[in-house]
Amino acid sequence: MVHLTAEEKSLVSSMWGKVNVDEVGGEALGRLLIVYPWTQRFFDSFGNLSTPDAVMSNAKVKAHGKKVLNSFSDGLKNLDNLKGTFAKLSELHCDKLHVDPENFKLLGNVLVCVLARHFGREFTPLAQAAYQKVVAGVANALAHKYH
Amino acid sequence: MVLSPADKTNIKSTWDKIGGHAGDYGGEALDRTFQSFPTTKTYFPHFDLSPGSAQVKAHGKKVADALTTAVAHLDDLPGALSALSDLHAYKLRVDPVNFKLLSHCLLVTLACHHPNEFTPAVHASLDKFFTAVSTVLTSKYR
Repeated sequence: MVHLTAEEKSLVSSMWGKVNVDEVGGEALGRLLIVYPWTQRFFDSFGNLSTPDAVMSNAKVKAHGKKVLNSFSDGLKNLDNLKGTFAKLSELHCDKLHVDPENFKLLGNVLVCVLARHFGREFTPLAQAAYQKVVAGVANALAHKYH
Repeated sequence: MVLSPADKTNIKSTWDKIGGHAGDYGGEALDRTFQSFPTTKTYFPHFDLSPGSAQVKAHGKKVADALTTAVAHLDDLPGALSALSDLHAYKLRVDPVNFKLLSHCLLVTLACHHPNEFTPAVHASLDKFFTAVSTVLTSKYR
């Protein structure tokens, strides 16, 4: 369970309201594949991922990033029950996708960097701390059903 | 993990853009680390860690100066950071996990202040740089 103060919850939701979830999803996933190239192992079917430009303009990366971040958005509406919210996705990532949960932490931190880039000074240490709690909570929830 | 010529170019040009702000960014990154990852505070029981702390700012400048030295010696990080490597191994003994936390907060700080320069390629180069520095600083641990 994530424990956010009232102030942190308010910061998280007010900032998220200003996020273009589709675009940020594509950017975050793209950066994950560029900064940590070994994560490309899950995306053999995505086509050209050979350069940063190729990754960032890849339609499948953008589409998948959008999917992932919309799912993350659902989590933000259910901060009190992340494990329940992501139970099915957790099973999927373990049993079908075989994704090491370490990757959820990597993506979470890349997402924080993307938010920092978009919000600039508005992404204060307090806002970052709140989002770090959220991404850690989501990562844990997604890992929860692994066996 | 090796820094390519392109990485070195990205790192140096980022550091040029930062200019005289490196010290401030060092302090801000520490602040972010303490707030996002409270366990890191255990290494500073002797510090005032409240917002705006002069001790944190001063320490941030120390960290930034060390990184500036590293940028000037990208071809020989072990040599340039040898004394700091000894310090971290024998005196400070900061658990290696914490270097990743500070590195992440340095990236966040740079992303906040230089959004346009923080392209995916630069992001990747900087992450590699901070990882390389962290590796050198923990290289004598055992």
